[in-house]
Amino acid sequence: MATAAVEFSETPGTGIVRLSGDWTLSRLPVPLETLQAQLRDFAARGAAWEMSGVSRLDSAGAVVLWQAWGRHWPTTLVASDEQQAILARAAAISPALASQRPFSPLIWLARLGWLMLAAGKNARDMTALIGQLALDIVYLCAHPREIPWREFSATLYKSGALALPVTALVGFLIGVVLSYLSSLQLKTFGADIFIVNLLGISVIRELGPVIVAVLVAGRSGSAMTAQIGVMRVTEEIDALATMGISRTVRLVLPKVAALAVAMPLLVVWCSAAGILGGMVSANLEMELAYGYFISTLPKVVPVANVWIGIGKGFCFGLLIALIACHFGLKVRPNTESLSSRTTSSVVAAITVVIIVDAVFAVLTRRIGMPGL
Amino acid sequence: MTPAIELRGVTTRFGKVVIHDDIHLDVRTGDILCLVGGSGSGKTTLLREIVGLLAPTHGTVRLFGQAVLDPDPRVRRDVRRRFGMLFQQGALFSALNVFDNIAFPLRELRILDKSHIHDLVFMKLAMVELEPRHAMLMPAELSGGMIKRVALARALALEPELLVLDEPTAGLDPDLADNFVQLIRTLQKQLGFTVAMVTHDLDTLAGLATRVAVLAGQRIIADASPAEVLDVDHPFIKTFFCSEHARSVMRRRL
Repeated sequence: MATAAVEFSETPGTGIVRLSGDWTLSRLPVPLETLQAQLRDFAARGAAWEMSGVSRLDSAGAVVLWQAWGRHWPTTLVASDEQQAILARAAAISPALASQRPFSPLIWLARLGWLMLAAGKNARDMTALIGQLALDIVYLCAHPREIPWREFSATLYKSGALALPVTALVGFLIGVVLSYLSSLQLKTFGADIFIVNLLGISVIRELGPVIVAVLVAGRSGSAMTAQIGVMRVTEEIDALATMGISRTVRLVLPKVAALAVAMPLLVVWCSAAGILGGMVSANLEMELAYGYFISTLPKVVPVANVWIGIGKGFCFGLLIALIACHFGLKVRPNTESLSSRTTSSVVAAITVVIIVDAVFAVLTRRIGMPGL
Repeated sequence: MTPAIELRGVTTRFGKVVIHDDIHLDVRTGDILCLVGGSGSGKTTLLREIVGLLAPTHGTVRLFGQAVLDPDPRVRRDVRRRFGMLFQQGALFSALNVFDNIAFPLRELRILDKSHIHDLVFMKLAMVELEPRHAMLMPAELSGGMIKRVALARALALEPELLVLDEPTAGLDPDLADNFVQLIRTLQKQLGFTVAMVTHDLDTLAGLATRVAVLAGQRIIADASPAEVLDVDHPFIKTFFCSEHARSVMRRRL
């Protein structure tokens, strides 16, 4: 096996180009540019082409030759029928059209417009999904035998029970860090004992629900989007539909309901871990007695804060599951779409959770604050 | 001449289950080998071992005289550029359109420039009898027959010397399957590559194979031309080839 070679002999009138060796993809010389320039040069001189020395020719070799000839047959070509047939196949291809998209200085405006339209469409589809779920709930009230308990409990276990260790760990560590940093400040004012008020309000009312929401969005939200998305890619959702099983009843509703139940419980669990962490840290840092901490906590943190935390957990769970399912159902049957939708799902869920948290803060500003 | 495929003492075990027991097989250049066997006899496993997706428990697999699982990554890559594989479901990259799917292996070579790749892709499309307007479709928009054709075009992109087919006609209706078999045979005549395939479809086997290897009871019990395999006295061959339908297919084609 020899690499593709070319040899030029000058004769009076025109020259002859003799090609030899294997003109195949694996045997073309690397880099290709020198060979191409040579061939183009010979073609420009109007040489005769002699291919009897070519042992093998494949489509890659044919394309290289054809393009060097400027996409038309040379005036004199000696080639076997087989070689002619392969070259003819290359000749049948129309050249690539230069596809240059005109650059517009206002492209950013168009991008912004597309973004707004996409956001609008998402909001509309989301509303439709919520409406469908409401209809499903009405239907299930009338036909309680069809309530998908099994899926509900499976999601409750996967998104709730299995998330217990990680939420406890994160909550505990946040509590430790918060308590440690606050105690450094409080000590300078001699206000050590206010650590209980500070930790109690911030963890129970604010940090617990938000941390759990971020964890659950990353953990269960992405899983839900990916699961529903893959079911769309593999047409499993269509299979469900042909069996007369509603995808919203069987797939979306149990997830939304289970997360709405699991999240408040996780919030309580995570806040408890946070308080525990803060208590341990305060004890080590400022020698605050555990007994004092526990007995003071209910006095300085009104119980309304617990209810606000649980209420937030419920809302966040609902939103995370809804957003996850919405994006899952929008996955188109390719891998790229699956990854981008999963990303959107998590980003949108966390953003929405933070926005709703701010709304909560405004609406509940007169509730549960000590001294009000 | 070194055989295109050379299996030496290939033994495969999954846990305690023995799939293959000391298999020897040579496929000569230019052969069209068809691997048949009952369901679960390890045909696809053997095919995956041939292309190096799976390492056999014992024994070696050589393609063109070089080990598929050579420790040197350059040798491994060079061997892999000399064969093309057609997967049962096509295995097209779902995020890329038809053009980019076929262009992908060509671009990975980093030898050819844009206009070469463009022309080559359209040549391959023409070879598998698809039209240029199909180039911009996404895999999800293709019919089953078209997926097989695009996958074949992608398998042929690097001008392989060996084409490995896993159930090439599974999931196609008889008419489409016939067309596809015809297409592979035409291309094989034109390009002269070796073919190794797994199929349970007798029409495909009778239409293509120049050699048949029968896998049963963890071993290759027959390895000969289709006509000769029919005469082998083995219960599996009797049931597989000698039902009324099978006999008529084989008579018609051979």
